[in-house]
Amino acid sequence: MIRRAAAALLLLAGVAAAADIRPSRDFLSPELRAQQDDPSRHPGWLWVEEGEALWARGARSCQSCHGGIESMAGVAARYPAVATDGALLNLEGRIERCRTEQQGEAPFGYESEPLLSLTAAIAQRSRGMPMSVATDGAAAPFLERGRAFYETRQGQLNLACGQCHDDNAGRRLRGDVISNGLGTGYPAYRLEWNTLGSLHRRLRACSLGVRATQLSLGSPEYLALELYLAARAQGLPVEAPGLRR
Amino acid sequence: MASPIVARITLPERARRGEVVTIRVLVRHPMERAIDAPGLTPLPRKILHSMRVTYAGAEVFRAELSQGITANPYIEFTTLAVETGDLVFEWEEDGGATYRREARLVVT
Amino acid sequence: MTTATRRAVLLLPVAASAAMAQEGDMAAAERAILAGRTPREAGIAFDMPRLSENGNSVDVAVRVDSPMTAADHVRAIHILSEKNPVPRVASFFLTPRAGRAEVATRIRLATSQQIIVLAETSAGEVHRAAREVIVVLGACVEGG
Repeated sequence: MIRRAAAALLLLAGVAAAADIRPSRDFLSPELRAQQDDPSRHPGWLWVEEGEALWARGARSCQSCHGGIESMAGVAARYPAVATDGALLNLEGRIERCRTEQQGEAPFGYESEPLLSLTAAIAQRSRGMPMSVATDGAAAPFLERGRAFYETRQGQLNLACGQCHDDNAGRRLRGDVISNGLGTGYPAYRLEWNTLGSLHRRLRACSLGVRATQLSLGSPEYLALELYLAARAQGLPVEAPGLRR
Repeated sequence: MASPIVARITLPERARRGEVVTIRVLVRHPMERAIDAPGLTPLPRKILHSMRVTYAGAEVFRAELSQGITANPYIEFTTLAVETGDLVFEWEEDGGATYRREARLVVT
Repeated sequence: MTTATRRAVLLLPVAASAAMAQEGDMAAAERAILAGRTPREAGIAFDMPRLSENGNSVDVAVRVDSPMTAADHVRAIHILSEKNPVPRVASFFLTPRAGRAEVATRIRLATSQQIIVLAETSAGEVHRAAREVIVVLGACVEGG
């Protein structure tokens, strides 16, 4: 028990110096930040509304077990999380499991419109709440894998995530301002995409950016990285649905 | 027959008669530009090319849009609160489809 | 990684040059609206960022000084683009029931360019405002 606590402490200390990590919203332009805060001007809310409708749709709806979607408050702040069978699930994975195991339906599929909509609607209920993922116990090995992925130099450019997102955060890269690379705003509406998309879609663009292999949506590597990013964001607010350039 | 469309229409629930209210409209639509480039399958333009708003018996606002308007278009305009009633929003899409949404304004 | 995606990766992002409007298309579109009238460079507050973060979505807001009465109101507000494939981006038609001559929208910009706003009044006058906008490119985009 003591050993586990000590290990957890070590891990916490290792998850960067939290004080240096700022919320993604701090790196947005004032215009984009204002629009992220204003549902009447934020196109991501079109997906939130669809997701809320999906939540209540059908005889075996999400609502028939969970009640109103407001019961989801705080849930997104605790994901990714390890399920009882030992698998690491992000919010998308959790929804897909509910869908196949509880509702007896075919999975929506990663990056599908209904899955994005439901994820956005559920995550929005945690908006503003501090990230609080479990990093010890069953989550510890996943966190370690995520950290290793984050710290490993990758691709033709031979860059590790932190070389941009820690060493150069706040500085400009072409027209972009480099953020601390948190996933708290996802799913996010990106102007570049003209649509809402998942964190893993964004991570694929990161992989391409350093000329590394793009992994598949929902891959174990991106899931572990998502947990590590969530641990880096511990205590910082959920921003989903975010608005990004 | 006009179909429903995913849209967020933001306006105050109530307003005083004679007050100028701001209306914000976000519509879910990809606003697809025509594709006609070497190596790509040509596609005709498919956008919402107009939005018409009626309220209290008259057209109060109309927009004619080109493919230079963003995907999931945003339009903001104003109207005078004259009486309690529905603002009716109608969109026309390339190809002839029409969409319709309503939003109620209570005037006191 | 396939050869095709490798090549795509190594290409620099380019503006939609093939579909780019010719200089003068905007002038022709403006002449069509003016129909011989001379515009006044006054009376329009035209808000648009000097530096656009992403050409996919640039916020534009226009406010025209007008009493918006039956006798004297703004009938139409047009947004014209110098270098988009289609010069007339949008036209908005107003009535005195608008209360104020104010519209806002979001436009796509193919590249850095000039944007013109024309406002037609019920008396047949035209107001004009022009602004330059620079479109900057992002770094880590999906096209590489």
